[in-house]
Amino acid sequence: MNAQTTDSLTAAEMAHAHPNPNAHASDSNHGTRRSYLIGFALSVILTAIPFWLVMADVIADTMIATLVIMGFGVVQILVHMIYFLHMNTRSEGGWTMMAAIFTIIVIVIALSGSLWVMYHLNTNMMPGHIMNPADML
Amino acid sequence: MSSQVQTADGEAPQYYELVPQHHSAHGSTQIGFWIYLMSDCLIFASLFAIYGVLGANYAAGPSPEHLFNLPLVAVSTAALLLSSITYGFAMLDMEEGKQRGTVLWLAITGLLGAVFLGLTLYEFYHMIHEGAVPQRSAFLSAFFVLVGTHALHVTFGIIWLVTLLAQIGWKGLIPANKIRVQCLSMFWHFLDVIWIGVFTVVYLMGMLR
Amino acid sequence: MTNEFWSFIFGRLTWDVLPLHEPIVVVTFIVVALAGLAVVGALTYFKLWGYLWTEWFTSVDHKKVGIMYMVLGLIMLLRGFADALMMRLQQAMAFNGSEGYLNAHHYDQLFSVHGVIMIFFVAMPLITGFMNYVVPLQIGARDVSFPFLNNFSFWMTAGGAVLIMASLFVGEFAQTGWLAFPPLSGIEQSPASGVDYYIWALQIAGVGTTLSGVNLIATIIKMRAPGMTLMKMPVFTWTSLCTNVLIVASFPILTAVLTLLALDRYVGTNFFTSDFGGSSMMYINLIWIWGHPEVYILILPAFGIFSEVASTFSGKRLFGYTSMVYATVVITVLSYLVWLHHFFTMGSGASVNSFFGITTMIISIPTGAKIFNWLFTMYKGRIRFELPMMWLIAFMLTFSIGGMTGVLLAVPPADFVLHNSLFLVAHFHNVIIGGVLFGIFAGINYWWPKAFGYKLNQFWGKISFWLWNVGFWLAFGPLYVLGLMGVTRRLRTFDDPSLQIWFIIAGIGALVIAGGIAAMAIQFAVSILGKNKEWDTTGDPWNGRTLEWATSSPPPQYNFAFTPVIHDNDAWADMKKHHAQQPTKDFLEIHMPRNTGTGVILAALSVVLGFALIWYMWWLAILSFVGIIGAAIIHTFNYDRDYHIPVEAIAEVEDRRMRLLSGAQ
Repeated sequence: MNAQTTDSLTAAEMAHAHPNPNAHASDSNHGTRRSYLIGFALSVILTAIPFWLVMADVIADTMIATLVIMGFGVVQILVHMIYFLHMNTRSEGGWTMMAAIFTIIVIVIALSGSLWVMYHLNTNMMPGHIMNPADML
Repeated sequence: MSSQVQTADGEAPQYYELVPQHHSAHGSTQIGFWIYLMSDCLIFASLFAIYGVLGANYAAGPSPEHLFNLPLVAVSTAALLLSSITYGFAMLDMEEGKQRGTVLWLAITGLLGAVFLGLTLYEFYHMIHEGAVPQRSAFLSAFFVLVGTHALHVTFGIIWLVTLLAQIGWKGLIPANKIRVQCLSMFWHFLDVIWIGVFTVVYLMGMLR
Repeated sequence: MTNEFWSFIFGRLTWDVLPLHEPIVVVTFIVVALAGLAVVGALTYFKLWGYLWTEWFTSVDHKKVGIMYMVLGLIMLLRGFADALMMRLQQAMAFNGSEGYLNAHHYDQLFSVHGVIMIFFVAMPLITGFMNYVVPLQIGARDVSFPFLNNFSFWMTAGGAVLIMASLFVGEFAQTGWLAFPPLSGIEQSPASGVDYYIWALQIAGVGTTLSGVNLIATIIKMRAPGMTLMKMPVFTWTSLCTNVLIVASFPILTAVLTLLALDRYVGTNFFTSDFGGSSMMYINLIWIWGHPEVYILILPAFGIFSEVASTFSGKRLFGYTSMVYATVVITVLSYLVWLHHFFTMGSGASVNSFFGITTMIISIPTGAKIFNWLFTMYKGRIRFELPMMWLIAFMLTFSIGGMTGVLLAVPPADFVLHNSLFLVAHFHNVIIGGVLFGIFAGINYWWPKAFGYKLNQFWGKISFWLWNVGFWLAFGPLYVLGLMGVTRRLRTFDDPSLQIWFIIAGIGALVIAGGIAAMAIQFAVSILGKNKEWDTTGDPWNGRTLEWATSSPPPQYNFAFTPVIHDNDAWADMKKHHAQQPTKDFLEIHMPRNTGTGVILAALSVVLGFALIWYMWWLAILSFVGIIGAAIIHTFNYDRDYHIPVEAIAEVEDRRMRLLSGAQ
């Protein structure tokens, strides 16, 4: 039944689709009870697993554990964007998605760039200096 | 519309729109608010960058494993996640025109937000009490500001939510109020997304270090 | 007891902070105060306050907001340029043991405030003014997406300017350079009010800038006339879109960084301190992630203005429209990948430096493509050497040279020699004056008749043009030479007497530029007050190609009685070719936003908040903050925000226009 609703919604939008930039496709911004519940279930699972991994000390290798946890974080962010923020390629003529992608690119550049630049700065300008006094212990 | 560009017989193109298309009064609000959220996202990105670079500089002060209380974080995460789905229910009721249900779910959402906020404040109080103040190290500065900025956003979300409840009580679910509920929904879910980043990077990865 | 009371009320604001010991500042204050009194008196005498309040200050009309931005930018240009003249004079004098006429405290504030004002309160308001005025007209819209927000954004920018101006007379401004690098800007090295003025002025103005960016993006996305697909948008609208994307995606980083600096200063956190694990280099890294996109925020609209000017005054379609659009988009993305070239010398090492050196060189490619597009637009065109066209040609010569010195600086080994030298100073003035400012001047001459209904005086415009160009090279040519000889920036006195001649030449250049500014002021005065105005009755004085020329000059409040339908990217040229006539009857009433004073109130409260924070008047800070939140909430309870212009009013305006048009033919 719900699948049907989704289909008819898509069809209605396709009927609306025309080259006019003023055309509004904002009606696609709604979820159904089912989609909210799916999103909620997924996010509970995706939260519980990493918490369990850390609290029960499941993965011994810190590096791998970090990567796994970050992976869960990324997937959960995607789940929230799809099921709660209702992101898709159609809403607002694709501009929502475009804005999000551009922002993510800028965030990735700023984060990875900062870490890269500052890491090289520290290794070059403070050789032998231990940045983290706790490491001495 | 393309049909208005060409006249009926399909000859001379038309250069002025004689019958204006119906423009929704709030046509730009959602995309505009979304763009604002993207800019807010970059504030958090800067704070994450700071935390990423300075987050291990404990300056011989306390480090995450001495400070963080993961069960507490799990509870506040649960409160925030629950508030997401309750907001979703508010949206569904609003679309069905059920004002009472909308208000009820919104109020529950606000309460869950308040629980989250209370837990954050409790955590801050606890840390400061133990001498882990923001001034103690770059790690603590970055921690307090990142988590604090998120909490500040939740605070504004709650103020907005209360205002909105008053406005729905006053005017009902008129289109102007509906669009506000939708914008606050985006804001609220956006705070969830940020929180996922916070608990992953700050708390979980902090405990791994 | 009483002492404690007063320090509770006024924080650290005492009589001692007034710069009464600085005769230059005192004289300036007297002059400014007298002039201010005269203006206030005149406004009161002619009973203009009500008019200004209802027609301008509270206006949500994008055209009026745009003009207010321009006025703000031009006034602040006078302030910023006065600072520049003083620096040039000081550097020309301070040789052979002479201390010049400025003490170090004053001089250090001068170079800081000059940079801050010129970037944030001259260049930014001027380009925002153009985008506000022109973009809705070019896309066939009646206003921006969020008209109230637009008014509020302007007043926040103006509020920041008010704080900067206040720092001249109450307390001091930062002595840290325009980006206030820590640890110098930290509380230990700069305990006085200067850096706090810097922080809060920029934060307040930054809110305005970010929101205006959001507003214009939404406008361009949602409000285009039917038929105007993305690839039919005028180039100025395209560059405005990209600039606002850059604003929205970079100003938050500045906001965050300045907040962290403020926390370091106010709360004692350790983000950028030298103790407890803080890293001042992280400030430099983050602020340049904002700072580099910022220069493209400034230059892209100027590129857009020049594109419009090139095609209009060559009487041709713009050469390579598509490549122009793609070049703009590529610059937008690449501008996020070059920030480290501002601090090659920080020591991140060869791999990091080469990456950013190469990306910097790559970004010059799309920029170069644009230069060729303008040249090919002129090729075989019927060029009319009106003032905007003259500024375009001056721009291409000046900016190309500035761009090439930029590529020189992009080579890390060369940068190690030239970093922080006057060569760098000459380079960025070469691109910002030769690019942004010349673009603004071209735009002022180009769109003035649209905004006010008559052309600017040509004679004084040409005098200003030549004085600016000659003055520019006289002022900055010597700085290239000095920079290559190793003279660093921001020096107050010099030991080597052989350098003096270059500084004297540069000083003369600054005086010539002062003549250019004076000539421009005369040009405005003669055009506004003169008897023989070159009236524009057609609305299309330059035989333009884009939609803003389809309206009357000045356009009616609602811009277009009927929304135009677009078939071509030179929409108005296409309409003229097909003799499209706007209907003269069957008008429909038009839905418009209502004016509101909330923007003024919110911005005024923000200025109070900033002032209170600067002077540690905590009670006032809390009070004004609560006031801001309260006023904003009250504003949301106002649902009655728009009205309809009745058909008769529209018919009257349009009939008058038709009579003018038929009279003109």
